[in-house]
Amino acid sequence: MQKIKPFDHLILILGVLFLCAPVVMALMSSTHAAIDIHSNGLSLLPGGNGIETYTKVLTHRGGFTGDVTGLLMLRNSLIMGLGFAVGKIALSMMAAYALVYFRFRFATLLFWAIFATLLLPLEVRIMPSYQVMSELHLLNTYTGLIVPLLASATGTFFFRQFFRSVPDELLEAARIDGAGPVKFFIDILVPLSKTMMAAIFIIMFIYGWNQYLWPLLMTTDESFYTLMRGIKSILQVWVGSQIPDYNEAFALAVLAMVPPVAVVVIFQRMFIKGLTESDK
Amino acid sequence: MAELTLKSVGKTYAGGVDAVTDVNIDIKDGEFIVLVGPSGCGKSTLLRMVAGLETVTRGDVHIGGRRVNDLDPAERDIAMVFQNYALYPHMSVRDNMAYGLKNRGESKAVIEERVAEAARMLELGQYLDRKPRALSGGQRQRVAMGRAIVRQPKAFLFDEPLSNLDAKLRVSMRMEIRKLQQRLGTTSLYVTHDQLEAMTLADRLVVLNGGRVEQIGAPLEVYRKPASTFVASFIGAPAMSLLDAQIEGGQLLLAGQALAGVGIAPGPVTLGLRAEDLRIVANGLRMRVEYVEELGAQRIVHGMVGDQAVAVIDQHDTPLGPDVRIAVDPTRLHLFDARSGRRMETRLHRVAEPAQ
Repeated sequence: MQKIKPFDHLILILGVLFLCAPVVMALMSSTHAAIDIHSNGLSLLPGGNGIETYTKVLTHRGGFTGDVTGLLMLRNSLIMGLGFAVGKIALSMMAAYALVYFRFRFATLLFWAIFATLLLPLEVRIMPSYQVMSELHLLNTYTGLIVPLLASATGTFFFRQFFRSVPDELLEAARIDGAGPVKFFIDILVPLSKTMMAAIFIIMFIYGWNQYLWPLLMTTDESFYTLMRGIKSILQVWVGSQIPDYNEAFALAVLAMVPPVAVVVIFQRMFIKGLTESDK
Repeated sequence: MAELTLKSVGKTYAGGVDAVTDVNIDIKDGEFIVLVGPSGCGKSTLLRMVAGLETVTRGDVHIGGRRVNDLDPAERDIAMVFQNYALYPHMSVRDNMAYGLKNRGESKAVIEERVAEAARMLELGQYLDRKPRALSGGQRQRVAMGRAIVRQPKAFLFDEPLSNLDAKLRVSMRMEIRKLQQRLGTTSLYVTHDQLEAMTLADRLVVLNGGRVEQIGAPLEVYRKPASTFVASFIGAPAMSLLDAQIEGGQLLLAGQALAGVGIAPGPVTLGLRAEDLRIVANGLRMRVEYVEELGAQRIVHGMVGDQAVAVIDQHDTPLGPDVRIAVDPTRLHLFDARSGRRMETRLHRVAEPAQ
C-alpha cells in the first residue's frame, strides 16, 4: 500500500477545483435570474429559474426575424461540427492515401506544401476564401460554411504518418489476394484506421463546433446562426438601461459544452488508443 | 499446379544496383525448391519477382507455361506466405482466409468449403472466429498458410516464413510445411537464410550469392559436392573448413604434410574439409586445440593447423590434450581453385603415411 500523502491530495483537489469552478459557476449562474446575476454577481449555488431559462433559451424565437431559437442554433452547430469532422476525415484520408501509396512526381513536395498550410491560420486566408465563396454564390449555404475549411493539413499529416506505419507486407498480401487500390483502401486501411479516425473526429468536431469568425462572415441569414453567435448576440444588447440576459448566455454556453463533451466521452477510449498505439 | 521457369532473370534497381543477375531455374510440377543464401544475396528479390511484387528488369518468368512478367500479382495465380505473416489484423481468421477468394468472386458455398477444408488440414477449426492478435506465432503462421492453401494456386511462395518463430516451433512447422506440400503437390518456392531449413525442406536447393546462382542441386548433392568455396562454407554446420594448401610434385601439401596424391598442375589450391570427415588419430596432421563445443551426441573440436582454423567432429568423450593428430580419407577432400573458388574435379589417392 502506498502511503497517503495529504499534501499531494491537497494540490490535486485544488487543481480540480480550479478547473471545475468556472464550469460549475456557469451552470449554477444560469439558473438565476438576469437581474440577480447583475446585482449579486456570479453564484455557486443553484437558483430557482433553471427550467424557465433553459426552456426559453431553447425555444424562444429571437433575432431580428424572430425565427432564431436555441434549438435551431444547436442544429446549425451540429451540422457544422459533424460536417467538418466527417468531411475532413474523408478528405485527409484520401489525400494521405495518395501521398503514401502512389508513386507520383512531386509527392514529397506536395506533402510539404500541404504541411506548410498548417502555418497559416484561418484568419490569414479568410478574405480570399470569402471572395471565392461569394463569387460561387455559396454565401448563406451549409456548403459555403463547411467546404472551404475541409482541407486539413493536420488530418493529412496524421493519416500519412499512420499509413506509413502499416507494414508493406499487408499491401503486398492484399495485392496477391486480388485487391485493387480502392478495395485495399476500403477493406484494409479504413478499418485499420478506426482509432485514428476517432481521434481526428474529436479534434475536428470541436474545431468545427467552435467556429465563430467564419460563420459570422459567411452567413447573414439568421437561420444559419450557430450557438457561438447566439451567445455573443445575447451579450450585445447592452445599450441604455438594458441588462444583458446573463442567465441565457450562461445557459447557451452550458448547452454548447454538452455535445463536445459527449463526443469526447464516447470516443475517448479510441482517442487515447489512436494517439498512443499504432495497431500491429 | 504448374511448372515454373526462370529464364536469365535479372533485376537492376533504380540507381544501377544489380540485385539479381542471370538466374536460370527450371522448376518441375510439384517440386519444392529452396532459395538459400546470406542476407542481401537477392533471394527475396527473386521470389518477389516471381510473385509480381517487383518488376522483372531482364529475362522471363513463366508460370505454367505462361509468361507472367507483365501480369499483376493477383493474375499470376500464386499465393505467398510472408515472414511477418501479414494477416489482416481487423479480420477474423475465417475472413483472412476467405478474402482472396471473395475478391475473385467465388461463391459463398465454395469459400466456406475451402476455408473449412484448410482449417481442418491446419487444425485451425476452433480459432476461425478469432482475430490474429489472439493467436500465437505458430498459429498465425498457420493462418497465413491457410490463406495460401484456400486459393489452390499454381505455386506457393514462401518468404522466410519461419524466421519469426522460436527454434522449437520452427522445427515442427518445418515438418508441417513439408508434409502439407507433399500432400497438396503444389509447386513451391521457398526463401530462407537458414541452411538447415534449406537442407531439410528442399527437393532441390538453389544457393545464391551476390545475386548469382552458385549451385542448383539436391540437398545431398550440394552438400557432398559443393560447386564453390561459397557453397562449401554456407551449406553444412559446422561450416566446411577452407584452408590454403599447395600442390607440389603431384602431392597435396598442407602445413608441409602430404595429404593425397593429385593429378593437377602445381600451385596453390583451396582445400575443403568437412568436420565429420576428419578423425582424431594417433598419427597425422598436428592440430592445436582452441576450444571444444560439447553437443551431447558429439563434440566439435575447433583448432588450428598451422595458422588456419579447422573444425573436427569427434564422437568420443575422452579428454583432449593441447595438441591432437587428425587424419582424413583422401576421397573426402574437396579441392577448389585458389583464385576463382570453383570446385576442381580430380581423383585423389592415398599417399604413404608420413613417418612420424
